[in-house]
This record gives sequence, C-alpha cells and structure tokens, in this order.
Amino acid sequence: MKQEKIPLIRRDGFQTMLASLACILGGLLVGYIALLIIEPSGASKAIVDIMRSFLRYPGKLKAKYFGQTLVRTAPLLMCALSVLFAYKVGMFNIGAAGQYCAGTCAALYAALAWNWPWYLCILAAIVAGALLGAVAGVLKTACNVNVVISGIMLNWITLYVTNMILTGVKSPNSPYTKSLQGTNPKALMPDLGLASLFGNEKSVSIAIPLAILLAVLVWVVLNKTKFGYELRATGNNYNAAKYCGMRENRNIILTMVIAGALAGMGAALLYLTGIEDWETTISSVPAMGFNGIAVAFLGGLHPIGSILSAFFIQYITAGGGNVDLQVYCSQISSLISSLIIYLCAFVAFFKLFLQNRIRLSDEKKAKQEAKGGQAQ
Amino acid sequence: MTLLLQYTLIFASVLLLVALGGCFAERSGVINIGLEGIMVIGALGGALVLKFLPVSVGPFVMVLTTTLVSALFGLLFSLLLAVAAINFKADQTITGTAMNMLATAGATVAVKAMNTAASGGNDVSSDIAYPYAKDLLVVRTGSGFEFNWFMLIAVICLVVAYIALYKTRFGLRLRACGEHPQAADSVGINVYKMRYAGVLISGILGGLGGIVYITAGVSVWKFENGVAGFGFLALAVMIFGAWHPLKIGLASLLFGFLRALGNVYSGFPLLAALEIPSFVYNMMPYIISLVVLAFTSKKSRAPKAEGIPYDKGSR
Repeated sequence: MKQEKIPLIRRDGFQTMLASLACILGGLLVGYIALLIIEPSGASKAIVDIMRSFLRYPGKLKAKYFGQTLVRTAPLLMCALSVLFAYKVGMFNIGAAGQYCAGTCAALYAALAWNWPWYLCILAAIVAGALLGAVAGVLKTACNVNVVISGIMLNWITLYVTNMILTGVKSPNSPYTKSLQGTNPKALMPDLGLASLFGNEKSVSIAIPLAILLAVLVWVVLNKTKFGYELRATGNNYNAAKYCGMRENRNIILTMVIAGALAGMGAALLYLTGIEDWETTISSVPAMGFNGIAVAFLGGLHPIGSILSAFFIQYITAGGGNVDLQVYCSQISSLISSLIIYLCAFVAFFKLFLQNRIRLSDEKKAKQEAKGGQAQ
Repeated sequence: MTLLLQYTLIFASVLLLVALGGCFAERSGVINIGLEGIMVIGALGGALVLKFLPVSVGPFVMVLTTTLVSALFGLLFSLLLAVAAINFKADQTITGTAMNMLATAGATVAVKAMNTAASGGNDVSSDIAYPYAKDLLVVRTGSGFEFNWFMLIAVICLVVAYIALYKTRFGLRLRACGEHPQAADSVGINVYKMRYAGVLISGILGGLGGIVYITAGVSVWKFENGVAGFGFLALAVMIFGAWHPLKIGLASLLFGFLRALGNVYSGFPLLAALEIPSFVYNMMPYIISLVVLAFTSKKSRAPKAEGIPYDKGSR
C-alpha cells in the first residue's frame, strides 16, 4: 500500500514547527525593541551577540562554553519531558519545579552527608521526585484535588524542606552547599571521555547523552507501547478509558510518578556535574521547572522537539551574558524566553487559524472545480 | 507583641487584596496563576511613584498616587491574561506561568536599565529605594504600632468586593459566567465582557497587593527577587476562603499571622525556646491549604467553569 503524500503545510508536525518559529521570532523582536528603548545605539550589536551566544568565542573557549550550555540543557530537557509526559495524560505538571527541588535535595544530601556514589545519588533523586509526583497523583485520584493547585502548594513546601535539609550540608562560611569536588568526588558523574570533546570542560558528563536517551525513551513509551496508549486514552477521555476497562486511577498516579521521577532525575543531572551548588537561603522555587513548561510547549509537546527547544532556551540564556553590561543587563535573555513561552500559549489558536485558511482555500477550489464542470 | 500584630495585619492586607483579585478572576471563569507576576508589576509602578514623587506632597497625595499607579500597572499587565485567555482561548495555566516569568524578567530589565542609565554604568543593581516616601504611608501610634494606610484600603476593598459580588446585578452576572457561561449567554449576558471585568479587577487588586507587600517592612526592594511566592500564597488563601470574600478575609488573617510568626518568632521567649525554624511557619499555610483541599475537593466550591475558555459555538 502506498501512502498518499501529504503536502508539508498540511502536516501537523510542520504546523507546530512553524508556530514555534513564529514564537521565537516574536520573542526576539520584542527583546530587540526592549534593547532599542534602553539604548538604541548598541541594540543591534547586543541582539546579535545574544543570538550568537557561545559561537562568538574563538576555538577552545567556544567548545568549552558549548559544553556548559549542553550541561544546562540536560536538566531543562528532563523537566520538559516531565511536563509533556503529564500533559499527554491530561495533567498540567506545574509541580515539576517542586519535584526538581526534591531531586536536588535527595541527590545532594545523599552525596554530601552519606558519601554515596553518583549512580545511587541519581536513584535517590528519582525516588524523591517520584514520591512527590505520587502525592499529587493520589491527591487527584483519591480527593479530586486539582493537580495545578496541589503542585503549587507542594512546590513551596518542598522548597522550604529542601533548604532546611541542605543547610545540614552547607559549607561553613557561605550559604551554598559544600562542593562535590572537595567533599565526595565519587558523586560526580563520569564523562567517559566526553569532556575532551568540549575543551576539557569539567562539568561535561554522561548526563547529556543520558537525557537525550530518556527523551527517546519517553517518545517510545508514549507512542509505541500499550501502556502509553492507555495513558493517552485516559488523558483524552477519562470516562471512556474507565469504560474500556483501563485502570484510570492507577494510570493517573503512575503518570505523576513518572513525571516526578523525570524532573527529580533532572536535578541530579545538573547538581552531580558540580557546575553549581545549591543556595540554602534561596527564597523562590528554582526556575528550571517553570522553564521546563516553556520548553515542552515550544517543542510542540514532542520529546524530540523538546531536545531542540531545551538547547535553544539555554543557548539564548547563555547569550544574555554577552551584552555590554555597562549598558544592558543579562536578564534580557530571560525576558526573551519568557516572551517566547507567553506566545506559545497562542500556538493552538495559530494552528486553528492555519487549518481554517487551508480549509477555506480547499472549499474555494472545490467550488471553482464544480463551476468549471458546468457547461458554459 | 505589637510587632507581631503589625506584621500580621500588613501581611493579611497583602494576602486579602491579592486573594480578592484571584477571587474575581476565578468567579468570572478565568484561573489567574499570574497573580505573582501582576504583584511584581504593580509593585514596580508603586515603587517608581515612591521614588520620584517629592516627599513634600504630603501623605494623602502620596498614598493616593501610589495606590492608583500600582493598580493601573496591575490592570495593564493583566490585559496580557485577558487577551490570551478570553479572545484567543489560550491555556490559562501556561499564560499565567509565562506572565510570572515575564513580570520578574521585565521588571528587572526595566529597573536595571533605569539604574544603569542614571548612574552612567556604575550602579547595575535591580534595587529601588524609597526610604523617606515610605514614612508617609504609615502613622505611628504611641505604643510603637505602625498603622499603615494600606490596611484601611484593604478593608475597604473587602467590603466593596463583598457588596459587588453578592449584592449587585454585576456580581450575579459575573458569578454566572464562572458557573455556567452558556446559560449566562442565553439570557443575554456578554460572557466575554464579564470575564474581562473579572480579570482586570484581579489585575487592579493584584497590583495594589504588590506595592503593599514591598513596603511592608523594608524601604528598598530588589526586583530580581520578584515577590517571593506571595502571589501563590494568595491563591492558597483564596482556596482556603472557598472563593468567598468574607471567608477570604478570615483566611488572610490566619495566613498573615503564620507568615508574621515566621518573621518575629524569635522575639517570643516561649516560641524561641521551642526552636522551630522559621521555615516551618513559612510552609504552614501551604500545608494547611493542601489538607483543606484534600478534605473539601470532592464537593469543591470552585466555580464550575473556571479554566475552560468560553466558546459561543460549543454545547
């Protein structure tokens, strides 16, 4: 059987990509306008510098900064996977930020207080994230609590608990946790020679291929397994899934457990590289989880698309440091990425608009053909 | 003791204003997760007035201008939610989340640009200081208690909100749009207009809450830090208050008290001896609301149609 070829513009994937590109362009445009308002003379150079990110550095430095961007891409990708996995099952996992926080807490405490090796630390982070996800899942199924609301509450509870627990392993003369390098080098993830590809950047590790592998795994589970089919069915129509004999409540809890595990693991993939330490006096939930929402939607809620969008967001964020700090500030890139996620909210509308246009032109064509068929 | 009372009342005022804002939006059928962001932008507007309006104008003009400008900033920012959620039927949770990120990033960029330009590149902080203007907002009483004019404004807002929601035609229509918009439309109520009203009122109250929060204890604010989760705490207050203004008033007193305890507990020998760290007081409100939610959500009092974009064509 030969499949009929569908024109590019009619494909769902292509439309999503088009919409995402429009969001990015819109974000950059408004960012550029903001730069123009602050100081018109250097604005063009600044926006180009942001967009060139690490590419503006020569040879070895370029490789090094490329490596660092990838290191930060891995946890962001994991948070995005967490959000999109839950979203496919009809839940908005705003709790990814808290699950990420719980993962940080477990991974760093296991590494610094108990001197566990890295693979056990990752496991601890996964369990912590999964537990928090399970709480949200059970609250949803047993007590009908909205996942968004319980997620927000759990985010803040987790933040305060994390700060309390990690204060136990903080370095004596700063608010940050002790460095893994000095306390327990066993907890740093191995790089298997990857670091040499990136100008011997120390923080490059197997976290990067691991995150990409998980993105592929999430895609396979969601699209190619019976389990994934059941989950998506539950998300599309809870009652229909129940009627078909799928265990809908078990599916919802399992989804939240998996989503939590993904976000929790994401935290381990960042902190076990030693690229940064946790600040135990921090007063807001880490942005990584919320950025995960941005990445998931920018990537068209597709695991592979999320790889690209996660990299793009980190690329732009790193680029923010390139602007002339005497005139502009690096937060301009946070402004751009938050504008991009705001615009992402319009994607559904954009696609609907596109489909309507296509339908209208089809109808017009059909009408014309019908007219042409009549004798004149 | 006076300090505890003062902090309780001022934090309760913040939570009351913002939670009432959330209540108006949700009663009209739009979930407003972006309250945190609205607070930041409102705070920015108010802080600019406090910084640039000369102290000589006196307390009345100062309080009035600050209130109006913060409310205006909040209103304008909430338009982002209104346009996306009502006209474009966008997902309200994504929009709200984006607004929170946008507000902190935008306020930081704006304040840093202002400071950088004013100092020729020496001061690149995101701080706005208002040490003298802040004194105009309070009246010191003999016992050391600082009465803040915003406390009065919060109480007035509570009364007005109750009357508006339950004693006027407008309130009835607004609530109808949150419960069953199709039914409301069928009797000639413009659902889009009502939802706009709900979101914009939440913008006004949220913006107002923002300026009250940043002037509560300090006289300089670092905009990089946003408002440290008070917008989300207000959501908790709104839920605990079962989307009803008077209950929200009581809930904000309770949560404000817990938050205040976290700030000043070391001043009480009994509490200090218990050695409960401040984070316990800080997370108590969230735990309480989660427990309350667990027990009440089966028969939730949340507006039935909240979060669902209204589509005239759907049945």
